[in-house]
Amino acid sequence: MKRRDFLQTGSAAAVAATLPLEVFAQTRPKDVLVAANEFGPNSLDIHTVGANRPSYAVSWMCYDRLMTFGKKTLPDGQVMYDYTKLEPELAESWAVAKDGNSVTFKLRKNAKFHDGTPITAKDVKWSFDRAVTVGGFPSFQMKAGSLEDPKQFVVVDDHTFRVDFLRRDKLSMNDMAVPVASVFNSELVKKNATAQDPWGLNWTRNNVAGGGAFKVESWKPGQEIIYVRNDDWKNGPLPKLKRVIQRDIPNAGNRRALLVKGDIDITYTLPPKDFSEVAKEGGNVKVNSLPIENALWYLGMLSNKAPFNNPKVRQAVAYAVPYDKLYDSALYGRGAKMYGAATNDVKTIAWPQPTAYKNDIAKAKALMAEAGMANGFETTLSFDLGNATVSEPMAILIQESLASIGIKATINKVPGANWRAALLKKDMPMVINRFGGWLNFPEYFFFWCYHGQNAVFNTMSYQNDKLDKMITNARFAESKAIYDGEVKAMLRLAYEEVPRIPLFQPLQDVAMQKNVMGYMYWFHLEPDYRQLYKS
Amino acid sequence: MLKVILWRLIGAIPNLIGVVVITFLLTRALPGDPAAFFAGQAATVEAVEQIREKLGLNKTLPEQFIVYLKDLARGDFGLSLSTGQPVATEIIQRLPASIELTFAGLLFAVAIALPLGVLAATRPGSWIDQLCRIITTAGVSLPTFFTGLLLSYVFYFLLGIAPSPLGRLDPVFMSPRAITGMYLIDSLLTGEGGLFWAAFKQLILPAITMGLFVLAPLARMTRASMLGVLSSDFIRTARASGLKGSTILYTYAFRNALLPVVTTLGMVFSFLLGSNVLVEKVFAWPGIGSYAIESLTASDYAPIQGFVLTMGVLYVLLNLLIDLAYALIDPRVGLEA
Repeated sequence: MKRRDFLQTGSAAAVAATLPLEVFAQTRPKDVLVAANEFGPNSLDIHTVGANRPSYAVSWMCYDRLMTFGKKTLPDGQVMYDYTKLEPELAESWAVAKDGNSVTFKLRKNAKFHDGTPITAKDVKWSFDRAVTVGGFPSFQMKAGSLEDPKQFVVVDDHTFRVDFLRRDKLSMNDMAVPVASVFNSELVKKNATAQDPWGLNWTRNNVAGGGAFKVESWKPGQEIIYVRNDDWKNGPLPKLKRVIQRDIPNAGNRRALLVKGDIDITYTLPPKDFSEVAKEGGNVKVNSLPIENALWYLGMLSNKAPFNNPKVRQAVAYAVPYDKLYDSALYGRGAKMYGAATNDVKTIAWPQPTAYKNDIAKAKALMAEAGMANGFETTLSFDLGNATVSEPMAILIQESLASIGIKATINKVPGANWRAALLKKDMPMVINRFGGWLNFPEYFFFWCYHGQNAVFNTMSYQNDKLDKMITNARFAESKAIYDGEVKAMLRLAYEEVPRIPLFQPLQDVAMQKNVMGYMYWFHLEPDYRQLYKS
Repeated sequence: MLKVILWRLIGAIPNLIGVVVITFLLTRALPGDPAAFFAGQAATVEAVEQIREKLGLNKTLPEQFIVYLKDLARGDFGLSLSTGQPVATEIIQRLPASIELTFAGLLFAVAIALPLGVLAATRPGSWIDQLCRIITTAGVSLPTFFTGLLLSYVFYFLLGIAPSPLGRLDPVFMSPRAITGMYLIDSLLTGEGGLFWAAFKQLILPAITMGLFVLAPLARMTRASMLGVLSSDFIRTARASGLKGSTILYTYAFRNALLPVVTTLGMVFSFLLGSNVLVEKVFAWPGIGSYAIESLTASDYAPIQGFVLTMGVLYVLLNLLIDLAYALIDPRVGLEA
């Protein structure tokens, strides 16, 4: 349908009938999808400073990577990406060199950018150079896969591209399939670059220079983004949706009302309570839920300062947390329980997996006495106001329960803007927080959250040489047996010492009309409209 | 007249300089650290430092201020990090949305509050006076986000007569060519009747929500001021001279009672423009209030500075307009005073 037709039919109907918008909702063509989320992208390019989470989705759909991940169907019929399976996207094939020191990609010959220029190896090199050079998030994400130096990226010929590895890193290949490793139209961006901005970031912030399955038809930051299908896309199955309108609707109650009334087709962002109620109500709405890989809600304790430098105190807290109450009244059941296992003597490398802690006040009191803290102490419990819908009830319940073992915790609410800075200072005795890693490996999680390098996400400032060694060994393990052994040892130690108490693995909830099909879970947790269609 | 306006505008310059200095200092005094906020997911200390350098936040305050002034002189308000857009562009896009909504809300409020206040004043103690009291009390005591949610629940969700609270236009419509940025006016100028109607429908609920809130001060002020005027000597004289009731009421009493009402109107207008965040949030209205608040929570300096400065300029203009309106309503009011 053309723009003019849209306007005419729309206005004719509006004038003639002055009926509510269900008229439009019902006549909305099948290949048009309307989505509403709490907030939209603030940039069209993931490489720009401050690009927020929804902007990852723009990079994901409007740009290509060399490879993408395969998909797997879970026993309950839900579909998710498969991080063990890399599939062709821009590259039609690739081969790792015999010595294992490089990988060579063969690019598709017919792939074109949105403006019609063919995608060649020099574009791939330019894009990778950019990602490792611009600094900030993109460079650090590339580094996570040992992709650090422009010299690693070699143009062999127009359609052959090689990456030389700095070291054996099992994350290298996977890291080339995340949104940061998108391929840009180098000539187009260079044309719009300036001397101060040689990588053209100011231009790509507002313009797409890719060749992905969707183009951005219009974007009004803070209001809406409209995608249209790139009909010439050759790097995967052509999306069934022709047009996607994604609106920013800040009020959660309204997003829910819009969905229930059928005025929107899908929403990714609702508070847990609403997801839980919408799922129960049923009707024309369905909720897809999958545990978020490699992510945890946790209670962290500052382990390099008294009183939490004493493992007994930390264990006492772990036995004092009212887990089930948190699950029911803070999370509304939208998560997997990470407590109550038979033992902390971990038997598998499944991650995340439950600890053996459970709510046992008598045991907690005994541990406090053993630690010489029978009279308790005063401390503060901090949380991010940006996550208040879940964190605030959690904080209150934990506070109440800690009081029963003599710990008097004052609740400290930190505004969202200050949270990151507050974490960096590493002086909050107790925090309720959530962390998730893109690349689904336990040692990757531990590298950020437990390693003595003391990254910002090691909010407990936990330092333990033994654990550091296990993490490093697991990262570069030569065989599966060694790897499994190190990961199990790592989990055992972390659960026994318990500087952070795992609480729940959050769910990725997405609510949609019953006729919306093809939903698939992605590690970046952002919408991918390429697979969706309406029945 | 023109000379007066010019003088008033020149007189406002020191105020605006003050606004520029104070907002700059205030934003820097905010506790948040924008570099840490924008460093993203896997931020290390180095990553945060890199970003700090990129944003120019590692410079000293006076240096930052000079950079800011230089940009400002070129009409460059800077770049908002949270939305990724130049602040000037965003304010130009969002301000008309807020102004349109505020005007619609005020229009609704005035249409109800003035007659209500006048009627209540002419019949003190009657049922209409009680009604006025109830409406005004309810108006101020119901928080706007509550009224907004209630209206949208009843009229959209339950009854289905209001359009979906999806912002200024339903997704099936394209926004009109931007002339003033106000959809109602632009759609009329471009002659798109359907579009006008669609934009109008989207505007009804948020405008009523805002209108209900400011109805109270307006109605109370009208009533009080009318009561005062109606009991004054010149009205008694007019009555004694046998003038028609309606002439007394509208030509003499109402016009004299209007001055304090206009003052209140000016005050609530400027107040509404900046503080209708909650209404904007409930109805997904892309206005300037929510823009400022979002920037504030992200410690995003440039938009906050741009917002305060724009508001400063608007206040100056608004005060001027109100003073001019005084002179029109009451010739005794001199502009020079």
